[in-house]
Amino acid sequence: MSKSSVNHVNDFTLKVATVNGTGSASANSLLMKSIFRMGVPVMGKNYFPSNIQGLPTWYEIRVTDPGHLTRSGDVHFMVAMNAETFAKDHAEVTPGGYLLYDSTWPRNRDLNRDDIHIIGVPLAEMVNQHFVEPRTRILMKNVAYVGALAGLLDLDLAVIEQLLKETFGERKAKLVKPNMEAVRIGYDYVLEHYDCPLPVRVERADMTRGHVVVDGNTTAALGAMLAGATVGAWYPITPSTSVMDAFSAFCGKYRKTEEGEREYVILQAEDELAAIGMVMGAGWMGARAFTATSGPGISLMNEFLSFGYYTETPAVIFDIQRVGPSTGMPTRTQQSDLMECAYAGHGDTRHICLYPADPAEAFDFSIRCFDLAEHFQTPVFLVSDLDIGMNEWMVPELKWDESYRPDRGKVLSAESLESLSGPFRRYMDPDKDGVPFRTLPGVHPAGAFFTRGSGHSKHGTYTEDAAEYQEVMDRKARKFLTAASHVPAPVIEYCNSTEVGGKKRVRPVRYGFLTVGSGDLAVREARHNLKEKGMEFDYCRVRAFPFTREVEDFIAEHEIVFVVEQNRDGQLKGMLLAELEPEAGKLVSILHYNGLPLASMHVESEVVDHLRKAEAS
Amino acid sequence: MSFMKKPRAHHSDLPRNSLGYTIRDYEGGMSTLCAGCGHDSITAALIQACWELDIEPHRVAKMSGIGCSSKTPAYFLSQAHGINAVHGRMPSIATGANAANQHLHYLGVSGDGDSLSIGFGQFAHAIRRNVNMLYIIENNGVYGLTKGQFSASADVGSRAKYGQENEQPPIDPVLTAISLGCTFVARGFSGDKDQLVPLIQAGLRHRGFAMIDVISPCVAFNDHEGSTKSYAHTREYYHPAIHADFIPPREEIRTEYEKGKAMPVELHDGSTIVLRKIDVDHDPTNRAGAIAYLERHREAREIVTGLLYLEEEGKDLHAWNRTVGDSLVDTQSRSDAAAILEEIQAGYR
Repeated sequence: MSKSSVNHVNDFTLKVATVNGTGSASANSLLMKSIFRMGVPVMGKNYFPSNIQGLPTWYEIRVTDPGHLTRSGDVHFMVAMNAETFAKDHAEVTPGGYLLYDSTWPRNRDLNRDDIHIIGVPLAEMVNQHFVEPRTRILMKNVAYVGALAGLLDLDLAVIEQLLKETFGERKAKLVKPNMEAVRIGYDYVLEHYDCPLPVRVERADMTRGHVVVDGNTTAALGAMLAGATVGAWYPITPSTSVMDAFSAFCGKYRKTEEGEREYVILQAEDELAAIGMVMGAGWMGARAFTATSGPGISLMNEFLSFGYYTETPAVIFDIQRVGPSTGMPTRTQQSDLMECAYAGHGDTRHICLYPADPAEAFDFSIRCFDLAEHFQTPVFLVSDLDIGMNEWMVPELKWDESYRPDRGKVLSAESLESLSGPFRRYMDPDKDGVPFRTLPGVHPAGAFFTRGSGHSKHGTYTEDAAEYQEVMDRKARKFLTAASHVPAPVIEYCNSTEVGGKKRVRPVRYGFLTVGSGDLAVREARHNLKEKGMEFDYCRVRAFPFTREVEDFIAEHEIVFVVEQNRDGQLKGMLLAELEPEAGKLVSILHYNGLPLASMHVESEVVDHLRKAEAS
Repeated sequence: MSFMKKPRAHHSDLPRNSLGYTIRDYEGGMSTLCAGCGHDSITAALIQACWELDIEPHRVAKMSGIGCSSKTPAYFLSQAHGINAVHGRMPSIATGANAANQHLHYLGVSGDGDSLSIGFGQFAHAIRRNVNMLYIIENNGVYGLTKGQFSASADVGSRAKYGQENEQPPIDPVLTAISLGCTFVARGFSGDKDQLVPLIQAGLRHRGFAMIDVISPCVAFNDHEGSTKSYAHTREYYHPAIHADFIPPREEIRTEYEKGKAMPVELHDGSTIVLRKIDVDHDPTNRAGAIAYLERHREAREIVTGLLYLEEEGKDLHAWNRTVGDSLVDTQSRSDAAAILEEIQAGYR
């Protein structure tokens, strides 16, 4: 079999297989960031185990000047540093691709594909000769493969050195030298033994200006800090923990008085039941409060979420979804809490949910969650996931809207309570938008009322009266309808759209894609690839629950809408069916739920399969 | 029904406190509890305590969980905000509310089911955080609203209304609270208002978590012969160990106290409680001693009451957090947000 070569400059996927706990994460991050600094768009995904040390871990980097910052499904270059997964890693390389391994030890000769290029580098041997201390040897072996890749892929050593300087800072500046020595070990070896650079390589470009590399838990926390959240309560759970870690770090820097006093309280609760209770208590008191959790935490919070819905108490919940059910796979990604969040709690409950697609949107939506929660006096979810929350994404720089003013909702001040003619009634609907007025404790005696999760009338008094109970529930349904015009509208793109006289005219094609959250980029790439094959799809990305009119229209104007989501049971499709009641058979599920981020290749092949089968029948 | 307003009879000659309020200004809705319920006596004690302390009614946040006890915040301080949380979860609501605004008086009412079973974890952790609040357990050893099941505070050998005997050992909130590090631990009896009112006042003035376990007989399901939480049984085994006299700031200590038997303790706001020892072998500032004392009397089946343990120097939640003095409720948009964002993002390039 003749060996072809992947010949993609700035357009390939590299995957690094290592053992966790060996420091490979920082080496991989260095690799990704150096490509970004060379001006070439890059995606980095970390597939790590729920473990501290010793289990297999992978890092996937896609170098993509076409701008597809998502998994394709191909692997053009494998760095196989883990003997345990070598066979699998070896098999995964796309024909014509490359495999780099540590040739200190002989590799299994049975595994010898002749359609890929094998590159041996005696990393351990060289590193062990150069460094003495055992832990240093382990760490430096990773840095040495970065050096080897720098030689093979033509990465700029000056960029790598600069990144190391920034990472170590002044305090640990002396670590830069040994790290650069390790880089040199790999780099010099490949330059001497291989024809560098390879046909697959990186070339300096100018395509990352105005962008940053950041994860979505950090940006969500940043949003919370700048939105003025003052109480954060949480219980540690992967993959949400870094939200509160980041919030704590930001507040520590920007939310202290000159005397070092904190203008915030972070409560590490005894469990998620308490965490959401604290958020409700702070929200009832009038502060902006939030929690960060994942699916199992939402399960525990259900009773309080029902309480918050019924008593109309503001709360913000960041759900960083992971693989369920049960403990599931805590370090793998999924969108399997869509229904849980939307309908959390016993009784008739519905919650506003915002679905960011990437860290930039996680920042914007985080801020909007606080405004919506206070405006509508209800729990609001930021439904993110592990892929958005924990992977580093290249996104446009976050922008601050100078006109932003927190929307504190309809809260009566002491002055307005003073001039109130009758008694304050908590659950009336004077503005006919379903949103009542509320009062805060301690402000004025005329504002006092008793918040109860038990049956209450529009006056806020206890009731078991059929009509009084129902009246309040019906108003809450109206409030939810009002929310539809306040939540972020979907992103919709048509294949055929023209502007006539300043008016946008669209002509929908037969088929549409509809997705949510982190499915965005993979579906976009699939759509792009399918178009090159002559198949056109319009595109809709839902960004909030309640669903807006635009989503309903999008479904109505297409023959088939492929609903792409990352769970087994088609939860988004189920919600669309229940909420919008579209024509039967119109929605077709494309599902992905193995714990890895969605790949464009999967979407593409599923759609092609479906349409082929439909044609045949 | 609890939404029924109490008729307001105007007695112009009712005494007024320094804020100009009569005791009527501290009342709430009509109680819907059974006639003779101990909880109503506790409500009356709370009303009296707040009136005497000159607390602005609307500067109190009333909180409770679920159960008969948890209904009572509707029956006092109608000018204060109240919140009736989910079962056993009032401590987390109180913690969050207090975190947001440390300037209100937090008054939590719970029951033995609410605190010692479903909410045991939250009860323990609110103590651990030393949330500045008064936390009352209205303890009757029984589930009233679901009609008479034993609770976790039921004593071994106590008989239920229809004859079953409890065989599992009780959880004692007082011993539990002291061993968890609670900074103010007291026990009272709904039938002894003279003792209870000053305990409530001291608890409200204490900075930190003040727990008062109040034996409060359930007339419907646990006030029969054979029950150890009945009025009769409680009176028979009632053992006041310490009487607390609450003396507001700037007021003189007028009562003559017998030397060696009285211990004045100054609270953080300048008020004083004088602990009058009825039992001389009890020192309420010695944690190990307090536990040993309680264990001795538990073996004798005595119900020891009074302010049983006090630590006035403990740090509360905000002291640990080093929170600013202001409430955290007001959020303004920051004028320097764009600059902060720019500074942070410099590290992401």
